[in-house]
Amino acid sequence: MLNKNVYLILIISLVFAISFWIGFNVNLLPAEASINAPIYDELFKILFITGLIIFIGMTIAVIYSLFKFRKRNDQIGDGIALEGNLSLEIVWTIIPSIIVLLIGLYSYNIYDRMGGMKELNHNHEMMSSNSEKIWAGISQTSDNEIAINNLSIEVSAMQFAFLFNYPKGNFISGELHVPVDQKVSMKMESKDVIHAFWVPEFRIKQDIIPGQPTILNFTPTKVGKYPIICAELCGPYHGGMRASIIVEEESDYNEWFNKNKKPEVNL
Amino acid sequence: MTISIDPQKTNNESLQPKGWLRYFSFSLDHKVIGIQYLVCGFLFYLIGGTLASAIRIELASPMSDFMPRDVYNQVLTLHGTIMIFLWIVPVVNGAFGNYLIPFYVGARDMAFPRLNAVAFWLIPPSGLMLVASYFVEGAAQAGWTAYPPLSITTPQSGQIIWILSVLLLGGSSIFGGINFIATIIKLRRPGLKLMQLPMYCWAMLGTSLLVVLSTPVLAGTLILLSFDIIANTGFFNPVLGGNVVVYQHLFWFYSHPAVYIMVLPAFGLVSEILPVHARKPLFGYTTMVFSIMGIVVLGLVVWAHHMFTSGTPPWMRLFFTIATAFIAVPTGIKFFNWVATLWGGKISINSAMLFSCGFIINFVFGGITGVALAQVPFDIHVHDTYFVVAHFHYIVYGGTVFIIFSSIYHWFPKVTGKMLNEKLGILHFIITFIGFNLCFAPQHWLGLNGMPRRVAEYDPQFQFVNQISSLGALLMAISTIPFLINVFLSVRNGKNAGDNPWNALTPEWLTSSPPPVENWEGEAPLVQEPYGYGKEISEQK
Repeated sequence: MLNKNVYLILIISLVFAISFWIGFNVNLLPAEASINAPIYDELFKILFITGLIIFIGMTIAVIYSLFKFRKRNDQIGDGIALEGNLSLEIVWTIIPSIIVLLIGLYSYNIYDRMGGMKELNHNHEMMSSNSEKIWAGISQTSDNEIAINNLSIEVSAMQFAFLFNYPKGNFISGELHVPVDQKVSMKMESKDVIHAFWVPEFRIKQDIIPGQPTILNFTPTKVGKYPIICAELCGPYHGGMRASIIVEEESDYNEWFNKNKKPEVNL
Repeated sequence: MTISIDPQKTNNESLQPKGWLRYFSFSLDHKVIGIQYLVCGFLFYLIGGTLASAIRIELASPMSDFMPRDVYNQVLTLHGTIMIFLWIVPVVNGAFGNYLIPFYVGARDMAFPRLNAVAFWLIPPSGLMLVASYFVEGAAQAGWTAYPPLSITTPQSGQIIWILSVLLLGGSSIFGGINFIATIIKLRRPGLKLMQLPMYCWAMLGTSLLVVLSTPVLAGTLILLSFDIIANTGFFNPVLGGNVVVYQHLFWFYSHPAVYIMVLPAFGLVSEILPVHARKPLFGYTTMVFSIMGIVVLGLVVWAHHMFTSGTPPWMRLFFTIATAFIAVPTGIKFFNWVATLWGGKISINSAMLFSCGFIINFVFGGITGVALAQVPFDIHVHDTYFVVAHFHYIVYGGTVFIIFSSIYHWFPKVTGKMLNEKLGILHFIITFIGFNLCFAPQHWLGLNGMPRRVAEYDPQFQFVNQISSLGALLMAISTIPFLINVFLSVRNGKNAGDNPWNALTPEWLTSSPPPVENWEGEAPLVQEPYGYGKEISEQK
C-alpha cells in the first residue's frame, strides 16, 4: 500500500514538474508591447500550467487504465462491480470547484488591473491613474473623459479599411501613430458592418459596431510597428483588412503630427 | 401505463415497404428513422468535409489563390452550417436517439411516430436547398452566425435560403425534442424507474429540454432577420435604428445551448459504450445524472461569453465568465467518472473503446481551453481567432464526432447483425486521431500569434504552421476511406455477430440483431440494472 502511494506521489510530482517547466519555458505568445500585455501573459502562464497539469494527468490516467486493465487473452468475466465512491466523487467535485473559483477570482483581478472595471466611474481623478482601461462599453463613457486624455483618436472602420481621425490636428490618417508610454483613448464607430480592432502585441480587441460607438483605451510600451487586424468577418476582403500602428518616441510622434496637422477651418 | 399494440398501427406497418426500400419511405419505425438520420447525416458530413478540405487547401498558402474571396466566405458558411445542423445535431440526437431510446425505455416505438417521420423528412429538402443556394446567386456568406449588418448587406437570395433552411432544421429539431421528452417520461415500461434508465436517456432528456427551450428563440431571431432583409424592417439594421448587438444576444441564446445539444448526447453515448467494453458498472450513476442536469441549467446562462468584445457591460462580462467557468465542474465530474469506470475493468481494446478514449483525451483538452476562453481578459485577445476555431473543433470533432464513430463501431452489429472489421477500425482510429490533432493543435498557436478566423489570406510567417494543419486535414480526409470500405465490406460479408456480441446488459441487446419491427417478439424485458457488470445476474441474458 505504501509502495503504491509512493509511486502515485512520484507521478504527480513529475506531472507538476513537467507542466511548470513547459509553462515557464515555452513561449506561445507574440511580443509584449503594451501595459496590458505582461498582465495578460501572467494570466496566460497560470492558465497554461493549470491546464497542462490537468491534461497530462488525465491523459496518463486514461492510457494507464487502457494498458493496466486491458483484457488478457486468458481472461473471462467482468471487472469489479464498483458502482461509485461517494467520498471520491465529493473530492473531485470540490477540487475542480475550488480551482475554477480561484481562476475566476484571479482573472477578475487581472481584468481589474487591466482597467476593465473602471469605466462606470466617471470621476475625473480616476482617469489619471496609470492603469490601462480596456473596457469598451456602448455609450457608457462620457465624452469628457476622451477630452481630458492625452491623446484621443476617432477610429472609423469600413469595408475594408480603418481610418484614424486626429481631432486635435484636424487630419485623417490611414496609419495609426502613437507616442510610446502615453495613454491613448479611441472612440470607434463603423460605417457599415461590424469590424474589430485587434493588435495581437497589445493583447486587446474590441468590436467596432455600426450605430454604437465603442471605446478602447491602451498604453503602448514598446517602439515599433505592429499590425492592426480586423477580427470580425466583414465581407470578401476581410482577410486583407489591415492597418499598422506605429509606436514611436514622443519627439518622432510630434514631428509626424505637426507635419500632418491642418489649420482649423473657421466657419 | 401499459403498452399495447394498436391493431390499426400494425395494419399500417404492413403497408410499409420491406427491405432496403423502407429507408427511402415515410417509415414510422423508429429504427428505420434512426438509420435514415444517420446515413443522411453522414452524406452531409462528406459534403461538409469536402468544404473543409477546400478551406484547408486555400489556407495552405498565404495568398487568396484557390478560390475567389466571396466563394471562400460561402464555403466557410456552408461548412459550419452543414456540420452543425445537418451532421452533428441530427446524428447524435436524431439517429442514435431514435434508434436507442425506445429500447431503453422498453417501448415499441417513439411516442409520436408520424411526427418522428416528419422531423426526419424535413432534413433532406432543407439540406439540399442549402447546398443548392450556391447555384442561385451564391450561398450565404456571413458565416454560420449570420451577424447583421453583414447578413443584410450580402447577396439576399443566399441568405434567405440559408434562413429558411435553418428554420426547417430547427423545426425538425424541436419535433424531435418533444418526441424524446414524451417518450422518456411517458412510454417507460411498467416497473422501470427513472433512476434505472441508461445514461443516454438522461442525456437525451436534458438535450431535448435545451432544444425545446432555446431553438424557438433562434427561429424567432431568424424570422426577424429575414424581415430586415426582405421587408426592409429595422430590427437589427443600424441604418434604420436597429441594434446589432441584440441579434447576437438572441442568436447565442440558442447557439450556446446548441453546443450542449451537440455534446450532451455524446456524453450519454460514451456512458453506454465504456461500461460494456470495460466490463464494469458506470461509475457514479447518480452524480452523472445530476451533472447532466447541472450542465442543462448552466448551459442556458452562459451565452454572452461569445460577446466579450461586442461591447457588453462589465457586470455582464463577469457574470458570464463565472457561469461559464463553472460548467467545467459538472463536466469534469463526468470525465473523472469515465476514467473511474475504466479503472479496474477488463478492457477490450477495440475500435469503439479507442474512439471513446480518444474522445476523453480530446475533450479534456478542448474543455481546458474552454475554461481559459471563459476568462474575459484571456478571451479579449483570442476571440475570433484560430484559437477559438481550434477550441471548438476539439469539442465538436475531437469530442462528438469521435463518439459518433465509436457508437457506429459499437452498434453496427445491433443494426446489421454483422461485425465491423476491427483491423480497419483501428486503422481508422489511428489516422483520425493523428490527423485531427495535427490539424487543430497548431491552430491554437496561430490564434495566439495573430491569425484571425474566417480569413482567406494571412501573414507569410504563419505559412508553415498552416501547412501542418492542412496536412492534418488531409489525413482526416483519408481516414474516411478505411471507414467506408469497412462499412461496405462488413454489411455484405462481415462476420455474423449473433444477438449480443459484446455481452452487453442494456436492453437493446436483449432482442435479436437486427431487431424485429416492434423491437421484441414478446413483452419488453425489464432491465433494472443496465450496468450490472461484475455481478452474478443470471436472469439477464
